[in-house]
Amino acid sequence: MDILTSFLKILIISLNAMVPITLAAVGEIIGERSGVIDIGLEGILLISAFVGTIGAQSTGSPYVGLVVGIVVGLLIGVIHGIISVYLKGDQVISGVGINLFGGGLMAFGLIAVWSTPGHHVVPSSVRMPKIATPFGGISYIMIITLLIVAGVYYILNRTKLGLKINISGEHPRAADVAGVNVERVRFFSTVVGAGLAGFGGAFMAVDWFGVLTKDLAAGRGFIALATVVFSKLNPLLALLGGFIFGFFDSLGVWVSSAPVIKQVIPWQFILMTPYVVTLLAVAGAIGRARFPDKLGEPYKRE
Amino acid sequence: MITQIYAKLKPVINSVLAGLVGLAGGAIIMALWGYPPIAAYNALFSAVAGSMYGFGSTLAQATPLILTGLTFAIGVRGGLFNIGAEGQMFMGAIAAVAVSTVAMPVGIHIVVSILAGMLAGALWSMPASALKISRGIHEVISTIMLNWIALYLGMYLVVDWLGDPQRAEKSISAASTARLPGMLSGTSLTFALIAAVIFALLIYFVVWKTTLGFEIRVVGKNPGAANYAGINENFSINSTFILGGMAAGLAGALQIIGHPPTFAIYADFSTVRNLGFDGIGVALIGRNHPIGVIFAAIFFAGLNVGARTMQITAGVPLEMVRVIQGVIIIALAAPELMNLWSRLTPGLKNWISEVKGS
Repeated sequence: MDILTSFLKILIISLNAMVPITLAAVGEIIGERSGVIDIGLEGILLISAFVGTIGAQSTGSPYVGLVVGIVVGLLIGVIHGIISVYLKGDQVISGVGINLFGGGLMAFGLIAVWSTPGHHVVPSSVRMPKIATPFGGISYIMIITLLIVAGVYYILNRTKLGLKINISGEHPRAADVAGVNVERVRFFSTVVGAGLAGFGGAFMAVDWFGVLTKDLAAGRGFIALATVVFSKLNPLLALLGGFIFGFFDSLGVWVSSAPVIKQVIPWQFILMTPYVVTLLAVAGAIGRARFPDKLGEPYKRE
Repeated sequence: MITQIYAKLKPVINSVLAGLVGLAGGAIIMALWGYPPIAAYNALFSAVAGSMYGFGSTLAQATPLILTGLTFAIGVRGGLFNIGAEGQMFMGAIAAVAVSTVAMPVGIHIVVSILAGMLAGALWSMPASALKISRGIHEVISTIMLNWIALYLGMYLVVDWLGDPQRAEKSISAASTARLPGMLSGTSLTFALIAAVIFALLIYFVVWKTTLGFEIRVVGKNPGAANYAGINENFSINSTFILGGMAAGLAGALQIIGHPPTFAIYADFSTVRNLGFDGIGVALIGRNHPIGVIFAAIFFAGLNVGARTMQITAGVPLEMVRVIQGVIIIALAAPELMNLWSRLTPGLKNWISEVKGS
């Protein structure tokens, strides 16, 4: 019975831990299918968590916080989109800059806004309500994430819009000849993708953790990138990947409350698990991931 | 003639311009939160240039950044996006501490520490290389995961195996026989700087003046052509990772044997964390060239040193410099920043006319 209770508790933490990784990964899938890579997910998670919390606290509503987080994500997507699509810049360098900026802004903001170098606790009055279960609360955003995954899968695989996105990444020249505005498709795919990562960032702040720290993202943006590889750009598999990584993420949280295990295994090894699992999962994924032919290459009309 | 000089200077101008964009972006964010930007920058730059202490500290801080910058720069030249300097540097630092548990004569101990650091750094880059070659896994993902694993593995080793019995917050210090002498009394500047500069010049020689370096650069520029020319691409990728790992491992070792007063690594890794990530920015500003990397490292270190003074005298949190650095890198991503407007306008014009048309 005790084991079952623990298992259900871990399961529920995993479902919540799945959300930011899955949202960021599914957003990235949209962008990458169109041909734009954005490794700035880590930075977007941090910036949206930070600005989203400001939005929530200054209005007293977690919903405003979520919307602000999404809007901030979209805006970063606009910057990345302009650089990658219209200026034909280096997409990976832009992503590195976003990550650096995000890390700095969070560290700076904690002191500038809340005068704390360590961590800021988001007041419970601006935290999202949860679906109560005997084993812990489940976030409503978890349900929304499932819907988003299904929606993105449908759009990418079953609609004309999805066809335009895919062909922009696979064969932009052909797309151009067929009358698709490649630059616009890529730009909006990038923006929407970044917006989903922003949603994930705001979720961590006003829903899941409720605490802001410098290390809030803790590599989740990069785990999301690994999830994209693992999923072979399929949103449904990204959901599965997000759940697996979320599970190992929450295992660490759970073990830290179980001193018996801590005596056997040093805590450093427990905290290491999500990253080891990510590496193994990416290495062991069956078959190579096939990426769009022109991923990361700016499209120049002749 | 003038156009030739202009072509040579263009990357320098672009870097300087990106630096200015970064400072402007930082000023805007400071002003948003009611901090005085001009007073802040005044404090920041006077701290670096105003005293021997500031100058020495800047060069001391630049030392590891030169090397982690090289890790990334070598990677880019070889077609890789190796952001694993952070973890490779941790491993180099731990190897240098471990070597100090053995007694050795003065000169030899220094050499062995340096070699151990470089070996550890190179070894820690190998999983990423193997995954890239055998499974096609992008090195951004593998190296980031290896960075986190190195952090926690390192924390375990420092606390449980190499801990100082008297002071729980740090590892044992480097043996006195393994320490590099100081260069400027009153500062933490040691001969580690010379070691870093020599390594940078060596990298320049290897990458630009040898056959191996030529092959690395061909694979980086055009893998198809490399294959056609009979260059072993996998060997080249491996070499690129090893050279980069050696640079990062050396950075870690020098942070131990050349970093007074403790000559040790702290249990929270506070004296080494982020040095690897900063190397990415350093390399990008230095245009992935060893000489550029040296100057960019001094610039980055200057920002970091000045940030403390900025926090004390102008009250601006020192993390502000990371925001500035981020904006600089984003600005660098856009090619030919100078021609930004002329590049942007045709696209926008098209868009506007289409919106009007429909």
